[in-house]
Amino acid sequence: MRFEHKDILDMESLSVQDITMILDTAEGMKEISKRPVKKVPTLRGKTIVLLFQEPSTRTKSSFDIAAKRLSADSISLSKSTSSIVKGETLIDTARNLEAMNPDIIVLRHPSSGAPHLIAKHVNASVINAGDGIHAHPSQTLLDLMSVREKKGELQGLNISIVGDISHSRVARSNITGFTKMGANVTISAPATMIPRGIEALGCKVAPDMDSCIENADVIIMLRIQKERQENILFPTEREYAALFGLNAQRLKLAKPDVIVMHPGPLNRGVEISNQVADGRNSVILDQVTNGVAVRMALFYLVAGGSRNADTI
Amino acid sequence: MLIRFKGAHIVDPGNINEQKDLLVKDGLVHALLDPGAADPEPGIDTVDVTGMLLVPGLIDLHVHLREPGHEYKETIQTGLMAAAKGGFTAVCPMPNTSPVNDNAQVTRFILDRAKAAGLSRVYPVGAITLGLKGETLAEYGEMKQAGMVAITDDGRPVENARVMRRAMEYATGLGLPVMSHSEDLSLARDGAMNEGSFATRIGIKGIPNAAESIMVMREIAIAELTHARVHIAHVSCEESVDAIRHGKQRGVQVTCETAPHYFTLTDKAVGDYDTHAKMNPPLRSEADRLAVIKGLQDGTIDCIATDHAPHSPLEKAVEFDQAAFGIIGLETSLVLSLKLVQDELLSMETLVEKMSRNPARFLGLDNRLIPGNPADITVIDPDRVHVIDPETFVSKSRNTPFAGIEVKGEVLLTMVEGRIIYQREI
Repeated sequence: MRFEHKDILDMESLSVQDITMILDTAEGMKEISKRPVKKVPTLRGKTIVLLFQEPSTRTKSSFDIAAKRLSADSISLSKSTSSIVKGETLIDTARNLEAMNPDIIVLRHPSSGAPHLIAKHVNASVINAGDGIHAHPSQTLLDLMSVREKKGELQGLNISIVGDISHSRVARSNITGFTKMGANVTISAPATMIPRGIEALGCKVAPDMDSCIENADVIIMLRIQKERQENILFPTEREYAALFGLNAQRLKLAKPDVIVMHPGPLNRGVEISNQVADGRNSVILDQVTNGVAVRMALFYLVAGGSRNADTI
Repeated sequence: MLIRFKGAHIVDPGNINEQKDLLVKDGLVHALLDPGAADPEPGIDTVDVTGMLLVPGLIDLHVHLREPGHEYKETIQTGLMAAAKGGFTAVCPMPNTSPVNDNAQVTRFILDRAKAAGLSRVYPVGAITLGLKGETLAEYGEMKQAGMVAITDDGRPVENARVMRRAMEYATGLGLPVMSHSEDLSLARDGAMNEGSFATRIGIKGIPNAAESIMVMREIAIAELTHARVHIAHVSCEESVDAIRHGKQRGVQVTCETAPHYFTLTDKAVGDYDTHAKMNPPLRSEADRLAVIKGLQDGTIDCIATDHAPHSPLEKAVEFDQAAFGIIGLETSLVLSLKLVQDELLSMETLVEKMSRNPARFLGLDNRLIPGNPADITVIDPDRVHVIDPETFVSKSRNTPFAGIEVKGEVLLTMVEGRIIYQREI
């Protein structure tokens, strides 16, 4: 089978076969990161532009490390160094980058749909590293990889997602990605954080956190963005922690072998207690490790890895 | 000069709905003749419009001509060319120009430019408040003397209910109707499309129906209090239609308009972040679309307007949440509305009421095709099938979501006061 996608824009456009292929490829990539010399020549001579128009140290580092492990030349452009602050439009930025013939553009952008807009104007592959409140496919793929690694399969698992679903691109991509792979997704949050019509993505909405995580195989906690408090989403962090925080007591409602995930950074004591974040069920740091492997796989596949004779 | 339109089916609600020949003399409707009747006098130019529909000139209560201030999007000249091509013999430009039409000088400037263009008639709508700021009432009296016909802060609501109350009271004293841009900004804030499952899926912040209907209900309540005439602009959702229906039943002087996109498209038209489907109020759900059609059928919705809102690619070829709201409509309004007739959802007579008769009533005009009235007419070729091609538009802008859509029907000729201002090349 060949990987035919030029761009990775969201989880909706990837088939079950595509996702499986990405995860299988990522498993192979993960082994590279364990070698004493963590570098292969696979993408030597390829140029990868990391265009981050929103602050994100961890996602950017993960893509950067992934590029370097495959020997690609990566260049980082952030909002403060780009022409955007000088008033240039996104399409103009894309065209200028295109004129330098990059192979892959990784875009993080505060507007939903920005990667779709860029992808229409460049020949380079575009990988969405998070757009607005829409999608974050590489995060979902690393979550899928982490769950498959721990549980062996994805089909039939009970996945609970708790937190600010309204403002979360991770939630949207995860709901789409996990349901596509045959898992059952249930979400929970204060009603102010459940967007209208979210059920259409294939998830169930639980009336409260306890019923959401009951019998869960996987609990994904989302970060509460304190800066959104001006939007009056919940009364106090104290009350949020009491109603929607994951603590050891509450964790007992889930299956004994439940795994706990979080895309980071953590608000310890708000959405997740220290005990749970650092406990035996937590796979939060495995997610970070798998993030590099998944991004290596994406680079490899969109660069035509499955279509030529390059080996890894 | 005498012109005889021969062979057309004339649709003039409450007056004529049959095949007649129309005689125009010195800018006025001169006579209506039975088909085949001899010319009453010599020297008549005959225009053969057999098989065509002839209706009183279409009137658009809600357009943005962008001049003064944003001539790179549209000018009064180009906007009126688009109006003529769309079959409109009169249009009402909104006051959100730069400077704002909140004083008699700007009103006069608009009318002077319109006169120089010599195309469709222009009835300027003035601002409710100075600078559209929602604080101080504009000088409606002087503006009315200059030619202003109604007031609105279109593009923005009047947020403060007390200011709206005073505006309605003051306008009523001058016999002016108030047009309301009904939007609760605190509910609409940051939204870029209709709130619902599609917006959730593609990650665009939504604008709920209540952002509109809550303000529609407020305007009706204030109109009831003040006995003002209030006209709700660009109605897009079911709750607003219900509120207006209820208001009318109670005897409140409320009228309203919708636009062709609200009965033609739903929020799914946003598709892959198409900024041409970004407008305010936003395209709504299928249930809302059907409620708008129901409102047109039962008389709750009085008028079809375009909200013609030209924008250059500078405002549209950007990220969806950054893009300007609005689409153009003058050159597509009639053909999209004719679809309602073709689908047997409205009679042709009712459509002419929505696009000509009721807007004329709003402006206090008698546009019936009876001898002595100005010869403002639109001739429609009802059978011509064609594809909407923005490259053929005469508007300065191209921001339409209807490019490439096949439609049936087209304007053949537009006449204002006996002058042909548009005629399709055959």
